[in-house]
Amino acid sequence: MKGIKDKVAIIGMGCTEFGERWDCGTEHLAAEAFSEALNDAGIEKDQIEAVWSGSALDAINVGNSAIPTAMALRLEGIPITRVENMCATGTEALRGAAYAVASGAVDFAMAIGVEKLKDTGYGGLPAPTKGTLNDLWFPYGSAPAGFAQLASGYRARYGTDRDELKRALAHVSWKSHQNGVSNPKAHLRKAIDMDTILGAPIIAEPLGLFDCCGVSDGAACAIVTTPEIARSLGKTNLVTIKALQLSLSAGRESATSDWDGSYVRNTRIAAQKAYTEADIKNPREELSMMEVHDCFSITELVTMEDLGISKDGEAVKDVLDGFYDADGGLPCQIDGGLKCFGHPIAASGLRMTYENYLQLLGRAGERQLADPRLGLSHNLGGVPYNGVAAISIVGRLEN
Amino acid sequence: MSGNTSEQGIQSCGIYIPAQRISRKAVAQAHAWSMPSLRGLGRGARSFCSWDEDSITMAVEALRDCLRGEPAACNSLSFASTTAPFADLQNASIVARANNLPANTRTQDTSGGTRAGISTLITALHSASAGESLVVAADNRKTRPGSVQEMHYGAGAAAMRIGSDNTIARMLAAHSTNSEFVDHYRPQQGDYDYYWEERWIRDEGYLKIVPATINPLLEQAGIDASDIQHFCMPGYMPRIGATLAKRLGIASEAVVDNLAAEVGDTGTPQPLLMLALALSKAKPGEKILVVGFGAGCDALLLEATEAIVDYQQQRGPVNFNSNLPVVEHYNKLLAFQDMLDLDWGIRSETDNRVAMTQLYRAQDQITGFQAGVCPSCQAVQFPILSTCVKCGATEPMTRQPLADAPAKVATFTSDALQFYPSPPMYWGLVQFDNGARLLMEMIEVNPETFDTGSPLRMVYRIKQQDQQRGLHRYFWKAAPALATADQEGDA
Repeated sequence: MKGIKDKVAIIGMGCTEFGERWDCGTEHLAAEAFSEALNDAGIEKDQIEAVWSGSALDAINVGNSAIPTAMALRLEGIPITRVENMCATGTEALRGAAYAVASGAVDFAMAIGVEKLKDTGYGGLPAPTKGTLNDLWFPYGSAPAGFAQLASGYRARYGTDRDELKRALAHVSWKSHQNGVSNPKAHLRKAIDMDTILGAPIIAEPLGLFDCCGVSDGAACAIVTTPEIARSLGKTNLVTIKALQLSLSAGRESATSDWDGSYVRNTRIAAQKAYTEADIKNPREELSMMEVHDCFSITELVTMEDLGISKDGEAVKDVLDGFYDADGGLPCQIDGGLKCFGHPIAASGLRMTYENYLQLLGRAGERQLADPRLGLSHNLGGVPYNGVAAISIVGRLEN
Repeated sequence: MSGNTSEQGIQSCGIYIPAQRISRKAVAQAHAWSMPSLRGLGRGARSFCSWDEDSITMAVEALRDCLRGEPAACNSLSFASTTAPFADLQNASIVARANNLPANTRTQDTSGGTRAGISTLITALHSASAGESLVVAADNRKTRPGSVQEMHYGAGAAAMRIGSDNTIARMLAAHSTNSEFVDHYRPQQGDYDYYWEERWIRDEGYLKIVPATINPLLEQAGIDASDIQHFCMPGYMPRIGATLAKRLGIASEAVVDNLAAEVGDTGTPQPLLMLALALSKAKPGEKILVVGFGAGCDALLLEATEAIVDYQQQRGPVNFNSNLPVVEHYNKLLAFQDMLDLDWGIRSETDNRVAMTQLYRAQDQITGFQAGVCPSCQAVQFPILSTCVKCGATEPMTRQPLADAPAKVATFTSDALQFYPSPPMYWGLVQFDNGARLLMEMIEVNPETFDTGSPLRMVYRIKQQDQQRGLHRYFWKAAPALATADQEGDA
């Protein structure tokens, strides 16, 4: 694998406040994130040569194609590509922009992800069509129920006690609520006690209300260039991309008995490729922080094993030991995660990178970690047995 | 009138009764403020269709029970119902496809009154030249809230396999009459039956028209009424069978249970259901008289053969019981009959039309529930795509049916968020012993005992109702496997 390690620097990022943005539509959210990123990068709008624009649920956004992005940001006459890879759309957009720069085709490229979920009229996500054949047989289930399948698979494989698993899941959410309090852009900024989490109404067994992430409006944006050009702009502390990997299901999990339901195979594949690309040998020791796709608490729990941070079957113990808490061995979701920062689908992958970027530049305010060097983000689309896993690792460029 | 001209008879039979049963007491209590007289009928329970069942799904299940995986080399399938979902789209063809009958099976729908079940059976028994044939009857009649029918009616289906070899009961004779006696009727677009006074129906209808049909039959067959060991006399009036038996000179012990206590009057399939019950008990040589009443009368006389002994041993008793607790919520009966406009919220406002082109291309998968088998690595897989999920081979796959294949729960959850007409919606990965695996809805779940590894059986159901244009999606769902006699013995 050749990879793009240190070939691409992120020089500007923006992220809107996530949440129930009754005040604005998709176009306004995109413009808000773009404006922050452009100011941060310190370049002119007309220097941007190519854009990858992510939006996942076109039915409640602005429709197909990248034309709405061109309109919203008034970006005329340049290539803009709409990308959609379910909840991994944000990282997919970043991959497009990063590869454009790494290939030498352009000097400045941009990735933007935007989602307006609160124009549906109800909580949770709409259930999109899955194609004419799949719609004839596929159960019309909700997203939490898709991920809750992991809980039954995990219990079956490790013989984990229902109550112990439920407590570990509650701790995952408890920790993210603690972290979300100190993030001014987070959707949910309220600490929740364990009893409230454990006693909440069930959404999809064993997941209760607080095991589910916020359904939010928001946008996030990144402007990338080469380290050389970044330096020529006078930037000294550079954050570069160390790895960007994706893995997709091809039916093995959902149509064969090869998968036992206790993990996400794509995350494992993408993580190993990303570690190779980034030359990381021991992620538990080398990573400074992680932003993972905690759409549901069970997803975060198994992800700790899928990323090779916890040993198989030991995530419950690590979680309950506080290893992933803000003051733990490897802080996870320091910005509140999808759980509390919120989850505007196509923006989430870029939002995760935004937090790692801020932390690496020492700009994370109240939640700043001490001397972080490498941050991983894990962005998952689809469902555990039928999905897309995206891993990006960013870090300081060591001179 | 027909006599001993053929050796046509019944080779096997199958039944299906929905697991949903409503307590009649609960129905009566719901109406106590307005129809206090219903309290007197508030005993036992009656079956009703779940939101995802209709006459087609019940017919599919009854026919499966009749065939029990035996390859059906039948020439024809007739589907009798007064509540078939489609007026113009042959319902029988769907029943045939779901049972993977040969494509050259002649299929037809029959209707025109609840007597259609037994009329169609008699026609099939008369058609000796037609070879083996199948008759299936199903009904799911809506009942107006507060009506006597609401207390008495039930839903169900029955199927019969007819032929001349290996019969368990052969036809001795049949006789029919017709009359403009309108005890009840339902117009083409009507939701409910309209009916006349019960005393008139009994005294002028049943007690006169039925004997006028049976007596000539017995005379022609040279059989005395006292020789009848099984008298299948449908009708919701509780004592109508006993009253008629007495009037005709049939022994009171011969009166076959009309299923009132557990099921109710299912309509078109009722004579066939009662016949199935009689066939589960009859001894060789015993005479079975089956009657169907309505705008005239049909009567069919059968005699059990020696083969019935092995058949009964092989099949065990006919089971009308339900594996679900009796429903005490009257609103559930209304909701499942689409008679209660519940506020399911915006999530329920989906419209997802069936692509008929796609359904036709995939009918063996969707309706016949057939998986693909890779010719290269033999992996059984669903859905059938152009490339094998295991080895990547691209040769065309052969087919393997999954409907009767053993399967277990691999993963599952109860989904309380997604709109589902009977929440919560259970779904997850189903692992077949043959290697196939797919996501399925799981129904009739008992949360106390259901877990990964639980054995499952497959049932044909409505996957999604199409409220806009009535073209429902049908597909298979997984339900907990029924305990076998052995397992029940262990417990």
